[in-house]
Amino acid sequence: MAEIIVVTSGKGGVGKTTSSAAIGTGLALRGHKTVLVDFDVGLRNLDLIMGCERRVVFDLVNVINNEATLNQALIRDKRTEGLYILPASQTRDKDALNHEGVERVLNELSEMFDYIVCDSPAGIEKGAQLALYFADTAIVVTNPEVSSVRDSDRILGVLQSKSRKAENGEQVKEHLLLTRYNPARVQAGEMLSVEDVQEILAIPLLGVVPESEAVLKASNQGQPVVLDSESDAGQAYMDAIGRFLGEEREHRFLEVQRKGLFSRVFGRKG
Amino acid sequence: MGILSYFRSKKQTSANVAKERLQVLVAYERNQRNQPDYLPQMQQEILAVISRYVDIDVDDVQVNLDENCSILELNVTLPEHAKD
Ligand SMILES: Nc1ncnc2c1ncn2[C@@H]1O[C@H](COP(=O)(O)OP(=O)(O)OP(=O)(O)O)[C@@H](O)[C@H]1O
Ligand SMILES: [Mg+2]
Repeated sequence: MAEIIVVTSGKGGVGKTTSSAAIGTGLALRGHKTVLVDFDVGLRNLDLIMGCERRVVFDLVNVINNEATLNQALIRDKRTEGLYILPASQTRDKDALNHEGVERVLNELSEMFDYIVCDSPAGIEKGAQLALYFADTAIVVTNPEVSSVRDSDRILGVLQSKSRKAENGEQVKEHLLLTRYNPARVQAGEMLSVEDVQEILAIPLLGVVPESEAVLKASNQGQPVVLDSESDAGQAYMDAIGRFLGEEREHRFLEVQRKGLFSRVFGRKG
Repeated sequence: MGILSYFRSKKQTSANVAKERLQVLVAYERNQRNQPDYLPQMQQEILAVISRYVDIDVDDVQVNLDENCSILELNVTLPEHAKD
C-alpha cells in the first residue's frame, strides 16, 4: 500500500509543480518506488519540469476512460531509478476527472508504488479537491506572502473537511513547505519570516526552500532541482525529504548567506 | 527575548503589518468555516430587523457561534443616534 501525498497550496504559482518534482525525485533517490501524478488537467507542466514532455503518449484521463492501461501511460524516468510519471491530459474539459476513476487509478498505483505524489492544480475548487481527496498526507506549499498564507489556510480547511480521511473521522497529515524564502528581505522586515508563517498556519514545518536561481536553471533543463546537489534549493528539498522520512535535519538557508570565496570555501558545512 | 529583538520588534516593518493582518483575517475565516450554513442568512435577517430602527452597516452586526454550536453571540455596534 502506497502513501498518497498531495502537494497543494490554494494559490497558484507558489511552487507546487517544482516541489512535486523535487519531492518525487528525492523519494526515489532515497530508494522508494515513487510515482508522480499530475492532476493539473488542461495545464499539465510536470512533464516539462521532469523533462519527459516528448515521451507523453497517454495520460491520466486516458487511463480513467479505459483508453489506455496504466502501464502504457506511466513514463519511466530515465535518470532516477524507481521513479515514474503519470502525466495530466491537455483536455479543456474540466470534468474529465471523476471521483470513481481517480480512486480506481490510485488503488492500482497503490499496489505498485511506495509513494504516490499528486501535483495539485491551483484553486480550492473541484480540481484541487479531487487531487487532495484521497491523500494520506498533504504538503502545503506556501510563499512568505499574505495571499499565499491565507490561501494555504483555506486549503487546510478543505483538507480538514472534504478529504476522505476527514469524512472517515481521521486526519490528513499536514506539512508546511515554505518556498521562495528570501532571508535578506526577512531580515530587512520586508518579508514574513518562517516563524510568522508557522505561527499563523500552526502546522509542522517540513522545510524552507530559499528563492534560488537554481530553480529556473533546473526547469530550463527539464531536471528536477534536487538533481543539482550543489544548489541551495536542491539541498533544502533533500533536507525536507529526510525530515519527511523521519530524520532529524537542521534547517539551513534561513540566514543571509555571506557571499564571496571565503565563505563559500569555509563558511558552509555539509 | 534578547535586547536586540526587543528593539527590532518595536519597529513596525511591513512584514509585521502583514503578520497582524493575517492573524486577524485567518482567525475570522477559520471561525466562519466551522459555522453552520444558515448563519449568513440569519445575519442578514437580523441586520434587516435592526436597520428598521437604526442606521447600521453589515460590519456592525456580527453573529458567532461557539465551537460546539451551543452559544450564539450577537454583536451589534449601534450608532450614536437612532433613526429619525
Ligand atoms: N525556490 C524558488 N526559487 C525561485 N523560483 C522558484 C522557486 N520555486 C518556484 N519558483 C518559480 O516559480 C514559478 C512557479 O512555480 P511552479 O510552476 O512550481 O508553481 P505551481 O504552484 O505549480 O503553479 P500553478 O499553480 O500554476 O500550477 C516558476 O517559474 C518556478 O520556476
Ligand atoms: Mg503547477
